[in-house]
Amino acid sequence: MPGKRAFLEGAGPLVTTLTPLPGARLAELLDGYRAAGRAPRRRALVLAVAIAVLALLAGSVAEVDPTRLWRHLGDFFGYFDRLTALEAGGGRVWTDPAEWFWGWRKWGLLLADTLLIAYVGTAIGAAGGFLLSFVAAANLVSNRWMRGTARRFLEFCRTVPDIVFALIFVIAFGLGPVPGVLAIAIHTMGALGKLFSEVVENIDLKPVEGATAAGASWVATLRFAVLPQVLPNYASYALLRFEVNVRQASVLGFVGAGGIGQDLIEAIRKFYYNDVAAILVLIIVTVMLIDLGTERLRHRLIGAMERSR
Amino acid sequence: MSTARILTLREAALADRAGLAARHPRVFRRFTAARLGVAFVAATALGLLAFGLWRLEFSPGRIAGGFGQLLHFLGLMLPPDPGSTSRALLILRGLAETLAIAFLGTLLAAALAFPLGFLAARNTSAGRVVHFLSRRALDSIRGVDALIWALIWVSVVGLGPFAGVLAIMTSDIGTFGKLFSEAIETADRRAVEGVTSAGGGRLAGIRFGVLPAVLPVMAGHVLYMFESNTRSSTIIGIVGAGGIGLMLSEMIRTLEWGVVSFIVLLILVAVAVIDAISGRLRAALAG
Repeated sequence: MPGKRAFLEGAGPLVTTLTPLPGARLAELLDGYRAAGRAPRRRALVLAVAIAVLALLAGSVAEVDPTRLWRHLGDFFGYFDRLTALEAGGGRVWTDPAEWFWGWRKWGLLLADTLLIAYVGTAIGAAGGFLLSFVAAANLVSNRWMRGTARRFLEFCRTVPDIVFALIFVIAFGLGPVPGVLAIAIHTMGALGKLFSEVVENIDLKPVEGATAAGASWVATLRFAVLPQVLPNYASYALLRFEVNVRQASVLGFVGAGGIGQDLIEAIRKFYYNDVAAILVLIIVTVMLIDLGTERLRHRLIGAMERSR
Repeated sequence: MSTARILTLREAALADRAGLAARHPRVFRRFTAARLGVAFVAATALGLLAFGLWRLEFSPGRIAGGFGQLLHFLGLMLPPDPGSTSRALLILRGLAETLAIAFLGTLLAAALAFPLGFLAARNTSAGRVVHFLSRRALDSIRGVDALIWALIWVSVVGLGPFAGVLAIMTSDIGTFGKLFSEAIETADRRAVEGVTSAGGGRLAGIRFGVLPAVLPVMAGHVLYMFESNTRSSTIIGIVGAGGIGLMLSEMIRTLEWGVVSFIVLLILVAVAVIDAISGRLRAALAG
């Protein structure tokens, strides 16, 4: 060590002074820099103007009114103030959790129902997407008509929002969680079917060729050559979708399709501020816990997938 | 080896199955720890599914009746028909509102989330407390669905598309903040180090080191969210926050199935067009 130090000190100061460039050369360089920056800058300006024009147009269509927002902005924060002030008087809601969460038994059950709706919907939808993904994958099905039909069907299922399905199903199946589950299932089938078929299209085809060469049927090829490759990815996507569906299930009650949404919209419409706050807190906490849990599971799945390679 | 002509590997293996099983007992073992584990997980999942179906009051009669009703509705939906020209114009106006809500909501959310993204990113945040707090705040905003925000904004600024813009904006701030901060965290650190070693301050490091790397990523996210918001802004009308959703839910409730299918078709076309445009823009950004 001392030897190295002595060596470094012996080398003298590392910093040398820079001599400034001559004026003409400097001006030339600066000009070059500006010229290079001009074209992107002009493009950015055109883009900004285009966005501004579109925004003004959209603003007039959407009846945007900043003065109205300004006048009512206090109401927005006042709303949260009222959400957290005990209606019975006497301070903030968190000073009296027993009073705040008076309906925890009912809300807990509804929340559990909401999770069940999301789970059953995800399971049914994933099963449907699973079956259709093999039909919609370009490398497994050579019949163009079949593939195209499956793809259009999946596209339809995921483009129509699940709450629209729920609205229609509520009329067909009656109020309650059944239409909610089916709406989530159909939307999930569309979303997962597409993701699943993309996974299938990216698999290694060598095992498939091997199975075919050994005389396996189409189903046996799927089972032994395709499935082992895609299953971890499928499970990961299904878990991700479950997260999304928990959020969705919490609002499907708005249209009468079961879960905690029904109580939430009633509380909002009837101005039961403390109930709104309590239900929102319950939903947010549940969603966060589910997110954490599924994230951990997905990491384990991805880890297992990489180990098996 | 038998004298019969063997066609495939599979047939050869099947002919010698007993011999194979004797030579490789481990492969043919029926119960392994891994298999039992898989069976256990599958049984639990199926059990939960069965419990859910029971608890949520699924019954074969109800399902069959419901699907019968759906088929009946489907018959009434054809052909799609807006009914009258004045109603068609109203529907088109609703669609325009929906697109305007999605565009403005996304734009405002992106503008507001831009600084938040820097606060919530580990490498550009102003300290660990700020980083932690802004992360949790963004998570809470994301935990509340756009429909709930729409309800809250309707009670603040009144019915109409303006509440929809504000709802999309609020719910997207959470998503954008998270996406932006992740983009910033994964940005190459060497560019910032280069700026710092040339004598640039912290802000200069962000402006010349981070921004050029993350702006295209952010623009991609914004376009993607615009696509997604076109979908969500079709439904916030259900709670009175403007757009085509109000008309749609009215028509479903009054059982005007021809109009319903017309509106759904219109939404499908609009979403496809937006997806195509934005997909092309995103490809241009990436390339």
